[in-house]
Amino acid sequence: MAEFFTQHAHDLLWPRLAALWDALELGYLLAALVHVGLLVNVVAVGALAFIWLERKVAGRIQDRLGPTRVGGRFGWLQTLADGLKLIAKEDLMPAAADPLLFRVACYVSFCASLGGYLALPFADDWVALRLNVAAFFMIAVLGLEVFGVILAGYASGSKWSLFGAMREGAQVVSYEVPLGLCVLAPVMIAGTMDLGTIGQMQRGWGANWFVLHDPFTFVIFWVYFACATASVNRAPFDLAEAESELVGGFHTEYSGLRWSIFFMAEYGSMFAVSGLAAVLFFGGWNGPIPWTDWLGLSTATCGALHYLGNLVGMTNFVIKCVVGVTVMMWIRWTLPRLRIDQVMTVCLKYCTPLAAAALSGAALWLVALPGGLVIRSATPLGGFREGAFATPAEIDAGLAAAERASSLSENRLGEEDSPILLRRLCKIGTVPDVSRTGSSSSRVPGR
Amino acid sequence: MESIHWHSVFFVLFAALACGCAVAVALSRHIVRMAFYLVLSLSATGALFFLAGADFVGASQLLIYVGATLVLLVFGVMLTAEGRFVTLRTRGGDWIVGLLAGGALLVILLQATLGVERWQTARAAEHPAVSPPTAARLGLGLLGARVDRLARPAEAPEGEAESAGMVGYLLPFEIVSVHLLVVLIGAAYLARPKRRADAAANPEAGP
Repeated sequence: MAEFFTQHAHDLLWPRLAALWDALELGYLLAALVHVGLLVNVVAVGALAFIWLERKVAGRIQDRLGPTRVGGRFGWLQTLADGLKLIAKEDLMPAAADPLLFRVACYVSFCASLGGYLALPFADDWVALRLNVAAFFMIAVLGLEVFGVILAGYASGSKWSLFGAMREGAQVVSYEVPLGLCVLAPVMIAGTMDLGTIGQMQRGWGANWFVLHDPFTFVIFWVYFACATASVNRAPFDLAEAESELVGGFHTEYSGLRWSIFFMAEYGSMFAVSGLAAVLFFGGWNGPIPWTDWLGLSTATCGALHYLGNLVGMTNFVIKCVVGVTVMMWIRWTLPRLRIDQVMTVCLKYCTPLAAAALSGAALWLVALPGGLVIRSATPLGGFREGAFATPAEIDAGLAAAERASSLSENRLGEEDSPILLRRLCKIGTVPDVSRTGSSSSRVPGR
Repeated sequence: MESIHWHSVFFVLFAALACGCAVAVALSRHIVRMAFYLVLSLSATGALFFLAGADFVGASQLLIYVGATLVLLVFGVMLTAEGRFVTLRTRGGDWIVGLLAGGALLVILLQATLGVERWQTARAAEHPAVSPPTAARLGLGLLGARVDRLARPAEAPEGEAESAGMVGYLLPFEIVSVHLLVVLIGAAYLARPKRRADAAANPEAGP
């Protein structure tokens, strides 16, 4: 994008401004600002829409209508009215609160929630930061939100806040373990942590989605969903904000815009974990029916057609995320809240062993049935981005290193068949399994 | 007019943040504020890793230091605090000793860092803007295929020195993992609720 801006700046601006443009390398800065602006808008406008959706869903489940007055028939602008009210509220801080930490805590939560979007791909190569370790990065950054909550609870100087913060801290930190195990399964199937590549591997019919790859991954998706709901503190795991017990939990003392920043962070995290589930398990931007491939949009060389294909893909992705968030809301208004000991029991006694067992099952499935059980559609998986997997050069280098090590160290590695083991291990996840695709073409998707 | 190198600008920004917050940790008096400044400092260090193209290390820094260690620190403070806001007051003598020790360490580290010849010039071979190395090298290294050591043995003499660096990371990794598991089990055992001597009289008694 930076090159795009720089090229066109030279055409459009006067020569002196163009020189200034080059000097400040504004193309680079403008590209970064565009990415950040879009992502902040995803979170902010998303929160606007989700708060309205939550009130409507809650209303319908409770056999009433929800907001109907503001902005027309369905109360579309209810959240705008809420936002205006919150901005106009007095910015209170309790006398016993720590001023710096009280003010800063909401921003820490928001930044952690926004940071996860940096590596989330919305369409083919439409990602702010194309990281090789994207799945790992998202898990790492989404887990930082708890620090904002703990700061808020501690700095408020109130016992309700402290209890809520302690509970949330324990909960989020515990649920990171099964969450990581669940994310590991699609990463293992794909052979890479790069979310863009994982999405590209699920092109074609919906049968290519990783959730349908084997029964163990199906189970892992549901465990992931439960753990993701727990890690963003949604009911039934929302004891941190348990309204009936703790007044408001960690955000008891927050009012006005600071409170709304916490909730933007919460809805942002919900959207982010739904997005991660969509990319890892449901094909990301690939719909169940590959009609954009039939029209040739994704491999078009013309820029506008490629953009159109990606736009359709992004719509697919956003629909999947919204479905995920809606299911989280549905669960919230249906199930009663769990106690803290029940939350811990579910994590340590049920989710973690289940995730570990299903992960082993998925690994064994990959080894025993590399071609899959059901006939796969004959859609080429396409080429892979350079460097997503171990490149052939790296594999050769690795094998050479292993053979040299085994020859030099006089079987220090133990067996003579360690290069053979290495070769077999390297095969899983380097080139696409021809048996899985059924066709041998390898087109590189247009970039 | 030469163009601004934004990479350097961001490097200076994150480095200033890391160092400034580290100094703030030492100067601050409230423990949880110290933890907050430490979060900022470690996050800025993670950002420096990302600037250098080491994505995996940067993400690990965020996960381990900021996510786990700091949360642990704040929990520890909250669970062991006697008052509402714990404060530390450093005496004047402690300041002098601390400055001397810290200053000496800083001088030694600077001298060591600036004295290594290999680190003094930018390495043209791996430009991070082109394509950072993938995490596959780490996986291969774990299994014994030390891709990073292939080029070096040409200079090193044959024999023990050459083969010494070719071992994979898997064994030390497993040893450290088992060690951590032992520590965890030990901590859980030490923190278990203990039965008192008069448990026979009142079986419901507990801490």
